[in-house]
Amino acid sequence: MKRLKGRDENQAGLWLRIRRNWGLYLMLLPALVLLLCFTYRPMYGVLIAFKEYKASNGILGSAWADPWFKYFKKFFDSFQFGTTIRNTLVITLYGLLVFPVPVILALGINQMRDGRYRKVFQTVTYMPHFISTVVIVGLITLLLSPGSGVFGAICNLLGFEAPNLMGSAGAFKHLYVWTDVWQHAGWDSIIYIAALSGVDPSLYEAATVDGATNLQKIRHVDIPMLLPTAVIMLIMRMGNLMSLGFEKVYLMQNDLNLSSSEVISTYVYKIGVINTQYSYSAAINLFSTIVNFVLLILVNKISKRLSENSLW
Amino acid sequence: MAASVTRKVKKSGADKVFDVILYVCSVLIFLLVLYPLYFVVIASFSDPSAVAGGQVWLLPKGFTLDGYEEILRHSEIWIGYRNTIFYTLLGTAVGMVVNIFAAYALSRKDLVGRKFFMMLFIITMFFNGGLIPTFLTIKDFHLYNTWAVMIVPFSVSTYNIIVARTFFENNIPEELNDAARIDGCGNLHYFFKIVLPLSKAILAVIGLWTAVGMWNSYFNALIYLKDADKYPLQLILRNILITSNMQMSFGSGEAMQIALRLSSLMRYSVIIVSTLPIMCFYPFVQKYFNQGVMIGAVKG
Repeated sequence: MKRLKGRDENQAGLWLRIRRNWGLYLMLLPALVLLLCFTYRPMYGVLIAFKEYKASNGILGSAWADPWFKYFKKFFDSFQFGTTIRNTLVITLYGLLVFPVPVILALGINQMRDGRYRKVFQTVTYMPHFISTVVIVGLITLLLSPGSGVFGAICNLLGFEAPNLMGSAGAFKHLYVWTDVWQHAGWDSIIYIAALSGVDPSLYEAATVDGATNLQKIRHVDIPMLLPTAVIMLIMRMGNLMSLGFEKVYLMQNDLNLSSSEVISTYVYKIGVINTQYSYSAAINLFSTIVNFVLLILVNKISKRLSENSLW
Repeated sequence: MAASVTRKVKKSGADKVFDVILYVCSVLIFLLVLYPLYFVVIASFSDPSAVAGGQVWLLPKGFTLDGYEEILRHSEIWIGYRNTIFYTLLGTAVGMVVNIFAAYALSRKDLVGRKFFMMLFIITMFFNGGLIPTFLTIKDFHLYNTWAVMIVPFSVSTYNIIVARTFFENNIPEELNDAARIDGCGNLHYFFKIVLPLSKAILAVIGLWTAVGMWNSYFNALIYLKDADKYPLQLILRNILITSNMQMSFGSGEAMQIALRLSSLMRYSVIIVSTLPIMCFYPFVQKYFNQGVMIGAVKG
């Protein structure tokens, strides 16, 4: 592209356009430098997944693993492979199942006519989103502790011994997902409320004239309006199927529930940071990134075919 | 709160039922969200044995401030507090500068290479080197176990950049820039004198998001900090609330009982003390958070 087209009357060369905007490049510079140093450089560091990384030799100096897929094979063969993949998938898929909760919440909030009530309701339901993960998990631990928590007290009142939910492998996924719903459903509904605020009021008026009930308006006006947003959000979530967040799982983890709470990200952390098996940890990490990416492309493609909603 | 329905239009029976269900459900949700938080407040003022015995439901029982007194004696909490305030203030400042600047540059259609730069940012939403390569990079830059690691390396947020860029694209008319340029006003001058004053809303959004994220995160500290005197509050909290290794395993039975009860009381209090700043702050700035999500939603 030698010549510039368009309405810009300044038909000078590319170079002039660049030079004229040197200020903009200066503004872009800090972010770009940080990105190159701390995001792109580690991408090159992924090479260690195929090497026998030794700190003293550096990334390039370290010998190649023999065979190159040695650490991937090690992961596939390890007994943790099945466990971590299964746990990761179970929790993220379960998280997808509760995906409609914020949508329903938004539909409900959108129906609230009393402005003040609506505002208070929104303020309260958004609130837990701003509490830190550490405090949330601390809160869950405290409230569910069979000896001293409110849950134990309720169970005693009902006349049975409180189970130790935090130490139960079976309860882990339910606890994880539903406390997430408790914390984030309100906040996640904002984006749908925003989409609903874009509904043309004349649609509602027309529906009212036709004698539609509120429920019918939701079904025939609101839900079709939310569908594109919901699909995009779903695709984004699918792209993260394998990268279940570390923070909360790690905090909720204990020796008793480990069999269902060891997920890829916590395993990567333990192998890498705690056991300092750098190459092995990087290989596990890379594997999950690749699976994520493939899933993202796949879901995006399917969605494009089915509903014309897609990320790109 | 009474479920007053102010609409005067004649309602069908189905709609009346709908409204009743809506308000009943919303009140239930309201309580479900609020009660656990309320319970922590009253439990932090109550005699721990009353809490354990299930006697605390609506009001504190056996009012006590022991939990809060115990916190005052824990110097690491206050060191953590100080560190967190420091990291949050500085980190927010750096994050704002880095992301707002980049977002503005990327919002300008006459930036040569705009698409390419945007790609560079977007790729990082789907790909990253992963934990260990990043960890090794931080070590190579000699940032491991320094306060700077909490502020500088991870300050770029592609999501914030996209939100701010969308704002600039939709709210700053291009004609303004054309006019400024004709007057001989350079890009930087134009940005500071004209764009920024028009962008207070987005500055508030990005600033608040960054600050809350900084205040609440513990991951970077867990990975990249070694010395306890650099720990942010959240990492200290993690030790107190979750990994709390019962250090009072010696001493007589009675003393241990007291220590145990005190520790559970203190945990309620520490939740209050650490969360209070955000909770006090939040209702006043809530509208900015909403705005941010909505600006972001435009682009999807």
